[in-house]
Amino acid sequence: MKAAVIVFPGSNCDRDAVCALRNHTTRHVHRVWHRDSQLPKVDLVFIPGGFSYGDYLRSGAVAARSPIMAAIKEHALNGGLVAGICNGFQILTEARLLPGALMRNAGLKFVCKSAALTVENTKSSFTNAYFGQPTTSIPIAHHDGNYYADNETLDRLEGEGQVIFRYVDNPNGSARDIAGICNAKGNVLGMMPHPERAIDALTGETGGLGFFESLANAMAGARK
Amino acid sequence: MSGVTDQLSPANLAQAQELGLSESEWGVILDRLGRPPNQAELGIFSVMWSEHCSYKSSRRHLRKLPTTGDCVICGPGENAGVIDIGDGQACIFKMESHNHPSFIEPYQGAATGVGGIMRDVFTMGARPVALLNALRFGAPEHAKTRALVSGVVAGIGGYGNCVGVPTVGGETNFHSGYNGNILVNAMCVGIADQDSIFYSAAKGAGNPVLYVGAKTGRDGIHGATMASAEFDDETEAKRPTVQVGDPFTEKRLIEACLELMQTGCIIAIQDMGAAGLTSSSVEMADKGGVGIALNLDRVPQRETGMMPVEMMLSESQERMLIVLRQGQEAIAREIFERWELDVALIGRTTDTGHMVLTHKGEVVCDIPIGPLADDAPNYDRPWREAPLRSVFSSKDLPPCNPANALQILMQSPDMASKRWIWEQYDRHVMADTIRASGGAADAAIVRVHGTDKALAISSDCTPRYVAADAFEGGKQAVAESWRNISACGATPLAITDCLNFGNPERPEIMAQLVRAIDGMAEACAVLGFPVVSGNVSLYNETAGTAIPPTPAIGGVGLLADASKAMGFGGAQDGDALILLGKTKGWLGSSLYLREMENREEGAPPPVDLAMERCAGDFVRSVVLAGELSAVHDLSDGGLACAAAEMALASKIGLHLRGGDRLSDAAWFFGEDQGRYLLAVKPSQVEGVLSAAKMAGIEVEQIGSVGGDKIVLNGAPLALDALRDGHEGWLPNLMENE
Amino acid sequence: MKAIVHVRPRSGVLDPQGQAVAGALKHLGFDEVLEARQGKVIELVLADGDETKARERVEQMCKHLLANTVIEDYQVSIEP
Repeated sequence: MKAAVIVFPGSNCDRDAVCALRNHTTRHVHRVWHRDSQLPKVDLVFIPGGFSYGDYLRSGAVAARSPIMAAIKEHALNGGLVAGICNGFQILTEARLLPGALMRNAGLKFVCKSAALTVENTKSSFTNAYFGQPTTSIPIAHHDGNYYADNETLDRLEGEGQVIFRYVDNPNGSARDIAGICNAKGNVLGMMPHPERAIDALTGETGGLGFFESLANAMAGARK
Repeated sequence: MSGVTDQLSPANLAQAQELGLSESEWGVILDRLGRPPNQAELGIFSVMWSEHCSYKSSRRHLRKLPTTGDCVICGPGENAGVIDIGDGQACIFKMESHNHPSFIEPYQGAATGVGGIMRDVFTMGARPVALLNALRFGAPEHAKTRALVSGVVAGIGGYGNCVGVPTVGGETNFHSGYNGNILVNAMCVGIADQDSIFYSAAKGAGNPVLYVGAKTGRDGIHGATMASAEFDDETEAKRPTVQVGDPFTEKRLIEACLELMQTGCIIAIQDMGAAGLTSSSVEMADKGGVGIALNLDRVPQRETGMMPVEMMLSESQERMLIVLRQGQEAIAREIFERWELDVALIGRTTDTGHMVLTHKGEVVCDIPIGPLADDAPNYDRPWREAPLRSVFSSKDLPPCNPANALQILMQSPDMASKRWIWEQYDRHVMADTIRASGGAADAAIVRVHGTDKALAISSDCTPRYVAADAFEGGKQAVAESWRNISACGATPLAITDCLNFGNPERPEIMAQLVRAIDGMAEACAVLGFPVVSGNVSLYNETAGTAIPPTPAIGGVGLLADASKAMGFGGAQDGDALILLGKTKGWLGSSLYLREMENREEGAPPPVDLAMERCAGDFVRSVVLAGELSAVHDLSDGGLACAAAEMALASKIGLHLRGGDRLSDAAWFFGEDQGRYLLAVKPSQVEGVLSAAKMAGIEVEQIGSVGGDKIVLNGAPLALDALRDGHEGWLPNLMENE
Repeated sequence: MKAIVHVRPRSGVLDPQGQAVAGALKHLGFDEVLEARQGKVIELVLADGDETKARERVEQMCKHLLANTVIEDYQVSIEP
């Protein structure tokens, strides 16, 4: 079981992601620089939060066109797991690995607070550990987290079980309270909340532990 | 400054005065050079000798502050202070003002303030791990206040959030005294290994001088001079001098510099802050005892046709100057290019002792470094303290319904929740934040990554006390920082300060500065809490009206076991409430008097430093022994406000009895210093009471935790109503038309 | 040669920034403002050449990077 954390200039949750994966998912975590054109052999690609390229032009827009993205697309096409958190979610939509877009928060301000979530699908590779406990709480910290897609896309996401997390109390104007989605195949996920910040009672919450445990389960299952 | 040749023409007194130099300072320059400086040289002298860079009004007084102690690795004089936090690790920190730029352009002013203070910290080899901000705005109803609050907060968030350093704490006050001059003081705390700390002394001649980071433009030229003058009606026309920050470049600069520091290539490193290339190169050369020669044609430039003096004084952000060991340029170049940052070899250190600048093949500046750095003016400005206020007598105060007063105070500008502000800051990135703003603790608590240790960090000042009595106010600011850190269970180690005052050329303002420093010095000495870094911001005046004197203190303490960190949000049903410290009911200069009676009068509460130390040491010991559910220091609004904050954070009501022989106003809202409110499990009460008495501290059980109301001497206040008022004030101000 | 690219939120896509601008203008007494849409302008300085070809290339730039067509429309104008 191996994972890669992609580092863009401006990523700032890469260290937190590496720590969380190492402690709760797999010991084998590589950092991969955005300019690389190849991924090491991994089961999971993790795109961390931050402000890649300063979020200039649009959040995630420049990163989505960087050299490593071709390899990530191929990894996803082959069924490999991809998780994008916050800026990672923005990058995945910009790269069209996930539908929709993340717009400026409805309140126009950066929002950093704990967000109560419902886990809408507890069978996914990212959420299987929440089975039987479909609510959790994970902090958000973003300026552009207002999920948008046209109604047809939203209906399809809901119909196919691709809405993974929903906000209990919508903090940013997201369509249908969406906090996280996956692709049709279920191997690519994007979410605005930061599970890597919710794994230690001392620093706040533990609602993100299930996320990393789910990934460990999924990667173990895929190996069998 | 219309052409290169003009740069070489000799300057005169009138031009020197235009740049803020006095006649006597001009005389010193003539004397040291033996000739008039040319225009470029004059520009360089004017910034190096500005108040902002030379501390010419404050230097002799700052010397009174204790700067040594067991924990101190490097005191004032470098980019930031360095203290020992055990295990071969160091904590590097500093607070700095960005007041003038933030008033003129709040978003960029505040953002670049955050960027600048971070550079001071990572320049020394530390990874920044926490940011705090001490903000003072004008009256809430003042026409400019809302726009300033929203711009400053967005700017702080926009920069810190992007760079990925958590903003964990701070303070925000509103007072009409800041209508014309807001204060934006930013503090940054970083962690380094003690064997990998970098200083600014560029020892050795012949070494390459490397410029890295963003390109140089005409931003902020004469910013240091602007920070050394009063505002007038014309100031807002000076808008183009404000710098623009780029947090994305800052983030890459941090990563690239920390990477280069691992290679052993660096002799000295400085960020280009106030007075940009001038002060960074002069300081490195002066401290290293060398000269420096720079070829200005090699400076990466964003604009065309820049004159030498413009390049030397530019305050373009996100730039660093590095002196490398010879032959190591390639290593540095590879790292900075990988991070997509400009890098240029712009000169060398020399053995001439001079700063020599060439531009388009001509020498445009050749001046000895010594006078620039060491002969900077050092004034003993006259000072005359206003007569001290007499002690306020509360006898003639109208009767008080403590529940009503509590509701009013808790939704007053200074006490109301600042959630609207701190929810715009990323407080958790880096995943080591244990307590941040809103985290119900007296200080922010940040774990030292990969260890069980944590830092406790606090920012404090009570300007109304300093205005009433600068000596007591200075003392109190230091004591409150020490108290806040102790209340969390941490051992206070050292402070940084940011001294914000008006025009020092006015004796009554100079007196505030002098007496506040005296008070701070006394508190630092008694509490064993040395000053390791700091900043002075003077001339915070508009049209002859000075700000309230505001010596902001940033304190840092250490917790060996992060899991023992204590806050005020853990009070449990059935806990006893114990008041520690002596209560006389001091209402002079209190929040109660200001908010309820609209009176800003009376001497401020004195701080008994020996008792302060005794009570703080005791609180720390019972916190670490695990005997408390919650603890809160008593400050603005006294006992009742501390209890209300504890109740709100713990989500449970409480009862407090009335005071013996004191009016409700004096008992509940008096601001006697050195006090704490403890919530203690019933089984521990006797032990805590007797231990406190043994330690010689006044202590009494004054109430209990439970219910959904705060009951003050029989007067009830529903927690929900209190919370609505407390949480509602700032959103109402900012979002209702 | 210069290309000016206007990028705007697509009609139908909620534009909270535009709404805030419109609200602020109304509060300042500009009652005639019915709606505001906030976008951005990107100026590209191009090597001189054929204008039709240039337009085609800039349109590609828009599709590949400058606009996110899920939420944004763009408009290209070329100035000699």
